[in-house]
Amino acid sequence: MGKKGVETLVGLFVLLGVAGLAFLALKAANLGSLTGADSYSVQARFDNIGGLKPRAAVRSAGVTVGRVSSIVLDPKTFQGVVTLDIERTYNFPKDTAAKILTAGLLGDQYVGLEPGGDDKNLVAGETIAQTQSAVVLENLIGQFLTTQADDAGSASGAASGAKK
Amino acid sequence: MNSDTFIEIEHVSFGYDPSRLILKDISLKFPRGKVTAILGGSGCGKTTLLRLIGGVYPANSGRVVFDGDVINTRDKAQTYKLRRRLGMLFQFGALFTDLTVFENVAFPLREHTALPEDMIRDIVLMKLNAVGLRGAAALRISEVSGGMARRIALARAIALDPELIMYDEPFAGLDLISMGVAAKLIRTLNDVTDATSLVVSHDVAECMAISDFVVLMATGGRIVAQGRPEELMASDDPETRQFVRGEPDGPVKFHYPAPPMDADFGLSAQAATP
Amino acid sequence: MNFVQRLGNNTLDQLRGWGHAALFFWEMLLAVPAALSRFGLVVAQIYAIGNRSLVIILASGLAVGFVLALQMYYALVTYGAAESLGLIVNLSLVRELGPVVTGLLFAGRAGTSLTAEIGLMKAGEQIAAMELMAIDPKARVLVPRLIGGVVSMPILAVLFSAVGILGAWVVAVKMIGVDSGNFWSIMQTQVDVWRDVGNGVIKSIVFGVICTVVALYQGFETEATPEGVAYATTRTVVISSLWILGMDFILTALMFSTP
Repeated sequence: MGKKGVETLVGLFVLLGVAGLAFLALKAANLGSLTGADSYSVQARFDNIGGLKPRAAVRSAGVTVGRVSSIVLDPKTFQGVVTLDIERTYNFPKDTAAKILTAGLLGDQYVGLEPGGDDKNLVAGETIAQTQSAVVLENLIGQFLTTQADDAGSASGAASGAKK
Repeated sequence: MNSDTFIEIEHVSFGYDPSRLILKDISLKFPRGKVTAILGGSGCGKTTLLRLIGGVYPANSGRVVFDGDVINTRDKAQTYKLRRRLGMLFQFGALFTDLTVFENVAFPLREHTALPEDMIRDIVLMKLNAVGLRGAAALRISEVSGGMARRIALARAIALDPELIMYDEPFAGLDLISMGVAAKLIRTLNDVTDATSLVVSHDVAECMAISDFVVLMATGGRIVAQGRPEELMASDDPETRQFVRGEPDGPVKFHYPAPPMDADFGLSAQAATP
Repeated sequence: MNFVQRLGNNTLDQLRGWGHAALFFWEMLLAVPAALSRFGLVVAQIYAIGNRSLVIILASGLAVGFVLALQMYYALVTYGAAESLGLIVNLSLVRELGPVVTGLLFAGRAGTSLTAEIGLMKAGEQIAAMELMAIDPKARVLVPRLIGGVVSMPILAVLFSAVGILGAWVVAVKMIGVDSGNFWSIMQTQVDVWRDVGNGVIKSIVFGVICTVVALYQGFETEATPEGVAYATTRTVVISSLWILGMDFILTALMFSTP
């Protein structure tokens, strides 16, 4: 096979490699949704971010509208400060609430946005005022046990004391 | 600079392993423009001598002088410059098996010159013609016979018209016709191009026929005799006589050193048995 | 020679061997510019090393993808996490199996071929002939093959992973019945292109350098006999494989130690 033939085949080989890499990066990884050019950042403060990680999804009504870009601890208030990159095509009212939710039962955590009713929209750099922290399993169990103990206490109190 | 001597070996000693010297204090002068044959039995250091002249190994002591320049193997640039002026024919050709005949001969031209392809084509075909193989240019190396391979290697060795051509056992394993062809080529090339040729061989007849000067070496890297072919053929020295006449026994013994036959076969015990 | 002397000698020999190999690698690096200027040689080597390995790499990738999908499904379905099958297969391939298995196959297919080729060239005095023609065999013969190997390996590893994921999709979606949309979307959100794909590519480049250098060194230093060449090809596979597995551990620890 001539030199030209070899060069063509090698060119095809390299092209195949680039195509494979593009497939892996775009279809099988998150490169497609990493474009941060057309997004704006807002912040939200949480008492507990739970298992939220950078690059987690930001969703509203279940639709992904952005990504979590960074999570840091505020050294003064000891709250978690989460920076959200939201696509420019979506605008949310100033009184939107941000909650940390779990996808499914054992899925990963994401930030859910529930829009409020304000006329004015959130602008880049602003902070979301209403937030709900992540549900921490241990706290939940602790709450449940305390409630059980209360119920048991009041039930025995009711049984031994006057009827309700 | 002595213009009659192209290569000079001055008191050179060499061994791959310093404790086992192959060449011991050799001094030789190879005349310019002539065919010099280096004869000797296997293991006497003839091929090693060629390697030293090619700058492949440095001599343990002494110097090798190439056309007035002392070879310094540590100086890669000088060594490569000197090598551009020589062509070597290896014993089995050492052709590049992944290239065709044409590409093998074109190799040094393509590597060392910036000549255009059509000029290279002309030169390659001319060199192949000189060795009688112009028609074989398109063959693959796997398709050529041993004798043809040597001729192709020769064409490759002379592609850049070197001033020194070294032949390592050019006649070994060839049939009579091929040997005649090879001898004719060596002699003609030397005369036509004014090159200096060194032929390492143990084929006495062919070498004597084509050489101007002969050096006979023996195991241990000694020079037994040197001179014109007629002088060696007529020599009275027993070592020389044994070699040039091919006598099986003489200063080079037939038997490998062994204990006396009686001991090996138990012959002395025969007298005692009834 | 008593035991201590023998031990000392062996250690010194081993050290000398490594030093020799390191010098060899250094001399090859020095010859890289010269080899790159002869780009045609490099292209020919990419063909010989890369293109010719395509079939076995693609076939293996497909097979590994199939098997991974099946095995991971059985493991995940017990936790009700079968939808994450795509993600698990992707991470296994892109982070580990792609570079490592491709590296091992590369050592076996391309590495042995390089060692045998160089060893036989040496045995046939082709290297010596080149030297005597004032042509540096490192720049002309060895380094183009080095560049060819280092370029081919990452491409092959990427293709292995890509084909593996596609193969897993076929088994997961078409045969088992995992939801195709979930297969891709969970993968897309969780696989990070820089951390996972990028590190995998870096690994494959490192493995490519190791395999090719070992193969060329073994071929270059082999004894010029049939047994010598056979022994050298075995050494190429063994040494390359051990290095790949060792470096994989080190690289994985460096790259993936934080979640």
